[in-house]
Amino acid sequence: MFLQSIWFFLWGLLWAIFFITDGFDFGAGSLYPFLAKNEKEKRTILNALGPLWDGNEVWLITAGGVTFAAFPLVYAVMFSSLYTPLMLILFALIIRGVSFEFRSKVDDPNWRTFWDICIFVGSTVPAILFGVVFANIFQGLPFDGDGIFRGSLITLLNPYGLLGGLLFLMLFLVHGSLWLCIKTQGELQIRTIKTLNLLWPMLLTVAVVFLVATQSATSLYDNYFAHPWLFSVVLITILGLAGIKWFMVKAAWFKAWFASALTIAGAVFFGMIGLFPSMLPSSINNAAYGLTAYNASSSPLTLRIMLVVTVIFIPIVIAYQIWTYNLFKDKVNPDELTY
Amino acid sequence: MDVVLLSRLQFAAATMFHFLFVPLTLGLSVLIAYMETMYVRTGNKTYLAMTKFWGKIFLINFVLGVVTGITLEFQFGTNWSRYSAYVGDIFGSLLAIEATVAFFLESTLIGVWVFGWNKISKKAHAAVMWLIALAGTFSALWILIANGWMQHPVGFTIVDGRAELQNFSEVVFNKFGILEFFHTVGASYILSAFFIMGISAYHLLKKQHIEFFSRSFRIALVLGLVSSIFVAVQGDIHAVHVAETQPAKLAAMESHWETSTRAPLHLFVIPDEKNERNLVEIGSIPGLLSLLSFHNIDAEVKGLKDFPKDERPPVLLTLLSFRTMVALGTLFPLLTIIGWFLRNKLVENPTYLKVMVCALPLPYIAIELGWILAEVGRQPWIVYGLMKTSEAASPVAGIQVLVSLIGFILLYGFLGIVGFFLMARHAVNGPDTKILS
Repeated sequence: MFLQSIWFFLWGLLWAIFFITDGFDFGAGSLYPFLAKNEKEKRTILNALGPLWDGNEVWLITAGGVTFAAFPLVYAVMFSSLYTPLMLILFALIIRGVSFEFRSKVDDPNWRTFWDICIFVGSTVPAILFGVVFANIFQGLPFDGDGIFRGSLITLLNPYGLLGGLLFLMLFLVHGSLWLCIKTQGELQIRTIKTLNLLWPMLLTVAVVFLVATQSATSLYDNYFAHPWLFSVVLITILGLAGIKWFMVKAAWFKAWFASALTIAGAVFFGMIGLFPSMLPSSINNAAYGLTAYNASSSPLTLRIMLVVTVIFIPIVIAYQIWTYNLFKDKVNPDELTY
Repeated sequence: MDVVLLSRLQFAAATMFHFLFVPLTLGLSVLIAYMETMYVRTGNKTYLAMTKFWGKIFLINFVLGVVTGITLEFQFGTNWSRYSAYVGDIFGSLLAIEATVAFFLESTLIGVWVFGWNKISKKAHAAVMWLIALAGTFSALWILIANGWMQHPVGFTIVDGRAELQNFSEVVFNKFGILEFFHTVGASYILSAFFIMGISAYHLLKKQHIEFFSRSFRIALVLGLVSSIFVAVQGDIHAVHVAETQPAKLAAMESHWETSTRAPLHLFVIPDEKNERNLVEIGSIPGLLSLLSFHNIDAEVKGLKDFPKDERPPVLLTLLSFRTMVALGTLFPLLTIIGWFLRNKLVENPTYLKVMVCALPLPYIAIELGWILAEVGRQPWIVYGLMKTSEAASPVAGIQVLVSLIGFILLYGFLGIVGFFLMARHAVNGPDTKILS
């Protein structure tokens, strides 16, 4: 039980880190065609993301891989139930990844416009769909005792699911524009700040609506009412959200970005803690079919081995990723563009 | 609609497309790391130009390998959920370890290499490429250990209707996986060497950038020579292990129907699967199959008839992919040995250069056929002897898989064309002469 609980927490942590890291390049990619007014500004944004997006995306592979390794049954039922949205996410990520690399390789306006559209679509679609998917997991998916999904894509596009999509999109848009505030200067930065001033109140509104809707759409709050001290997670998330604004006003972009990272982590953990120990509730009959950290995990031996690997290597990964972030924290030099 | 068939087609398309790019990443990273190291050590600008020129092709290739790799991991869940639930305890952990210990390093450092030319010292920059090469190799190791387990499952017990890990070191040091690793990495080096030699030969034929491409050619030649001889020898060891662990695959590789000692090898053979015999057998050499399979001319080789009909792999495809791979694998050492004698007078030997331009795609074919042999030859099993492919697919609607399969084909077709167009365009344009002046 203890080992499985640790793995549940690590599972949440890996998803949280994925959304914090790749989240800002999703957001910046969605805003990219609107913020950049000329080729130089476009390239500035791409060079602000270029060195980091690939390393960020590996957190998705790790989060997926850890789901597979630690909770194979969750991995099997969750991924096959979410077949269509996951395929759409994968296609979008493929298009996005190659766009970063291909765009700069041919100097032709049509060529570049085409890849610009791909970057926008490839960033926006996953941002929304990840939100839709997670909101649906919070609600429970209609799967039976054989792990067979009894719904369709339309089932997933319910109001709460869509609200989750909107929430993730807003989180990433704010997160991405804060990263661009760090990395850009001049007119582009001013334009980004203006956008950010519009985005923040929208995020706040969506977040509040989501927190309220969660009460009626899910049973996430049961854990919170059983252990009221858990509400501190909600409080920290709200403080993070307020912190974004606080540091925005001071033009302290790094601090605002970290506040935004905290908000994203808080949002993920808000859901995970509410779910615990459930990982994939069944909306057909959760008591009978629902998958939890206890009934869907790997063997104790696998969990122990994976824990050793994770405890050694994830801190190493974080260390060298911090090193790269530090290496590329300065403003993009418009005269020294790679992409 | 047949979900299993569609899922198999989709996985085959996704894997084979992914594997158009991975081998070049594995080999080019080593060669580029070497070139950059030579630049740092000698200060010779030609090496810098080489690093940048081959580096640019490397990056186009690399990104395609990365984005197509993500889908593979996810497909185990989306399309093969029964398999994932059954073997996730073992197989899932190997994939997770791959991402954590290897792929992270590779993907994080690639950004540093591309954007870090003026941010870190020359030495550190070259070291980054060595680390990328190392991480890529480790990535291959873990993936092939995972595949090795599907080929020859070890170190597990069946508990509550699923395979659970019993002995981790048996899984990691599974001989099958280790052999696959050396075979695949060796083949990747051949492919990368022929890639550089082919493009270099193209320019040498046109008598342009002679110094640059002669040197590139010679660097690749050394790797190509060593690895093609290595793979030929190692392939033999690998085949012996297949004979021991997967007798049905071996029998299909040689279209060998009747169990026999001193089993013959037919130089040319057409199988007749329906009637469980060979339609044509030409050039039969008695005992050669026993000798090659078990290094013993009197050894007994199991025939296909010893396996129930529904436990035999498709014979023709297995046979053809094996034979063609071996033929190509024999050609590569020959071409590189000839190249070794001509290495200092390449420009004077246009015929050889033309052959090397034409030979560029051959390792691609060999490597794809190798995968067809490994995977199709394992059928009907997804995990040899343990789980059948037909039991492994997700309980999803066929139409979903059909739509995603069409999506994959369209998207990958498009990306393949664009990617190879960009690589070819850059390759034909030649190096940046500003660096050299």
